[in-house]
Amino acid sequence: MSDLLAALLGLGPQLADHILLSAAAVALGLGLALPLALWAARSRNVAGVALGFASLVQTIPALALLALFFPILLAARAVFGEGLPTLGFLPAWLALGLYALLPILRNAVTALTHVDAEALEAADGIGMTRWQRLRHVEAPLAAPYVMAGIRTASVWTIGAATLATTIGQRSLGDPIFAGLQTQNWALVLAGCIASASLALVADGLLGLVERGIASRRPMLAWIGAVLALAGLGAAAFAVAQPGSAASREVVKIGAKPFSEQYILAHAIGIMLEDAGYRVEYRDGLGSAVVHEAVTSSAIDISVDYTGTLWTNELGESGNPGREAMFDEIVNWEQRTSGTKVLGRLGFENAYGLAMEREKATFGLFNSIADVAERGQSMTIGGDPEWFERPEWQAVREAYGLRFANQRTFAPTFMYNALKSGEADVISAYTSDGRIAADDLVFLADPLEALPSYDAILLVSPRLADDPELAAALKPLIGAIDVQTMREANLMVDRDEDKRSVDEAARWLLDEIGAQPASTR
Amino acid sequence: MAATPFLAFDQVSKRFGPTLAVDDISLDIARGAFVALVGASGSGKSTLLKTVNRLVEPDAGRVLIDGADVASEPAPLVRRRIGYVFQGVGLFTHRTVGENIAMVPRISGAGRIAEERIGELLDLVELPRDIATRYPEALSGGQRQRVGIARALAGDSHLLLMDEPFGALDPITRARLGERVRALHEELGLTTVMVTHDMAEALLLANRVLVMEAGRIVADETPAALLAGAGGEAAQALVAVPRDQARRLGAAV
Ligand SMILES: Nc1ncnc2c1ncn2[C@@H]1O[C@H](COP(=O)(O)OP(=O)(O)OP(=O)(O)O)[C@@H](O)[C@H]1O
Ligand SMILES: [Mg+2]
Repeated sequence: MSDLLAALLGLGPQLADHILLSAAAVALGLGLALPLALWAARSRNVAGVALGFASLVQTIPALALLALFFPILLAARAVFGEGLPTLGFLPAWLALGLYALLPILRNAVTALTHVDAEALEAADGIGMTRWQRLRHVEAPLAAPYVMAGIRTASVWTIGAATLATTIGQRSLGDPIFAGLQTQNWALVLAGCIASASLALVADGLLGLVERGIASRRPMLAWIGAVLALAGLGAAAFAVAQPGSAASREVVKIGAKPFSEQYILAHAIGIMLEDAGYRVEYRDGLGSAVVHEAVTSSAIDISVDYTGTLWTNELGESGNPGREAMFDEIVNWEQRTSGTKVLGRLGFENAYGLAMEREKATFGLFNSIADVAERGQSMTIGGDPEWFERPEWQAVREAYGLRFANQRTFAPTFMYNALKSGEADVISAYTSDGRIAADDLVFLADPLEALPSYDAILLVSPRLADDPELAAALKPLIGAIDVQTMREANLMVDRDEDKRSVDEAARWLLDEIGAQPASTR
Repeated sequence: MAATPFLAFDQVSKRFGPTLAVDDISLDIARGAFVALVGASGSGKSTLLKTVNRLVEPDAGRVLIDGADVASEPAPLVRRRIGYVFQGVGLFTHRTVGENIAMVPRISGAGRIAEERIGELLDLVELPRDIATRYPEALSGGQRQRVGIARALAGDSHLLLMDEPFGALDPITRARLGERVRALHEELGLTTVMVTHDMAEALLLANRVLVMEAGRIVADETPAALLAGAGGEAAQALVAVPRDQARRLGAAV
């Protein structure tokens, strides 16, 4: 309970950003919807196209819509120049603004096309110009419906804005995504409570305005409007505050949505803060977005894996071996974007084949070759993705692997399958915390059939030449072995005696002797 | 004819798709006339009336007020000088009665209208002055139509166009309002054109009755002449209805 309260109390900055983002998005939706509605009310074709477009946008899942704006803005840089942000507020604002369009547009068009025909005949009959008719008759008669649309849009937008976290915009989604990943339910709940309450409050206040307009009680409408504006003002004030105190520029640290990335991001953050930098975390960025973000300086630091970059970014398919792959990536990053690879952290988060230690020792299984030779009667388990991946193809062909059975498990159940004997060998991530917990061993890969996934530290072109930053992060380079990483991951992932990401990060730094001076 | 007619139609035609709603009508209406326009449903009465304030633009021909073509200036300016009352009234439901009336001078740039003036207009249509603060939804049908007439008079127009103004009212209200309009017509020196379905009403209120059929004017008579049997077949068929009713009522007594 106190966890929840603490989490809630810590959400001030997220709440303020969330309010401003949602309000700006609804304002954008309104700004687009009103002129469109006026046009659509005069032409059936325009109405069809506009409403069709808005409905189409609405059918795109909000998460996808937000992610789509990343490549769109990247492309738009051709026109607007390299300074155009591709992550953070801008794409979130645009995507949510489009999302807010439909309810407002639909209500406005419906209201305008259903304005009492006799009132319109009278307006023309007494000699109103088009503009006067709009101002004195159509707009006021449509206002309550438009207001209802704004209200619906606001509630939707406040909900959808939690997803802005995935494209690097701070919002009430931060605690939800971080909490979901590390199974910290107090955080998830705090984020949900905060955004739901915000939606309820906005709905209530806008409802007041709507009722005030519809029932011709201006006082009611004013009270609602003033309270809503006061909330906005407070949020704007809160957001403006810390900015004014910025003494040193902010280093943005990105993280993909899983525990290891959170822990490393925080470890990096702790080191940098100790060196006098101000840091901001961009937790929970979509995996696909992180690399683009760091190379475009939308974030400044990320941890990525050589094998991932090799296939996804360099577009290579072969396996040149661990060292060659690393060197090639360092060159490629430098050449294509000026992004600096600071170095390897020391461990790999690769795909590997794991067995229970006891079974491996007893059967004298040390390498994949042993299994290929003597393990034909065994069962291999993997997550659904594994058997589709090129790594599986490669390792099977290299060693001529053959198993009696091949079974798919959800990732969480794979380890149980080993324990219960439903599988003898499983595919696993080498830095997974459960490797340590379940006392598993990885089979050696003497033929290097499985590509390496060295964890590497990337620095954006913006800060690539900052020697202080490089010096501050130096203690992390080559310092984290896979044992240590597994244990840190386990601290966050396990169900009992769970630690926060920050605690795990500090433990890790302490373990590798890179603890910052302030806590030494 | 010495003086130019106050309102003149000059070979006016209007077609809606295949229907010729108004078929080459030429017609002069003198200042101060109270003209009733009768005819079967769909005969083109409303269409003809609306060519005057340009709610309908004719395909051919001209409409002249005081010798000037109504098409020679922007429609809103023409309309502000013409009172227009129709069956649906079209009061603005989000405005009070007073604001509805005040809208007319307001849109024409005459600025705010004095409360006294609103009171006078309400007097003219025999409504209590305190009704000005009410909203249209809180009025009876007859009261709404009276407000509609007050609004039509608010622009100091000399020409009043009415399209079945009493169509939705009960017979008693209808008769009283008809008489009131007739009296206003005299008091304010208006020229009035009223479309009606009711021949009895036309005969009682107007001093000239036009009968339309399929877009043409087939009879143009005074009420007395119509009652005396003039105007041809179509006109007499319409006159026969109230006459018949009167006879049967007489027989029943
Ligand atoms: N806007 C329009 N579009 C198409 N046809 C129209 C339009 N307005 C009128 N008409 C047609 O023109 C003809 C004349 O219509 P109008 O409204 O002038 O008749 P009316 O004599 O006023 O009839 P009523 O007594 O029923 O009001 C009718 O056939 C009608 O259907
Ligand atoms: Mg009609």
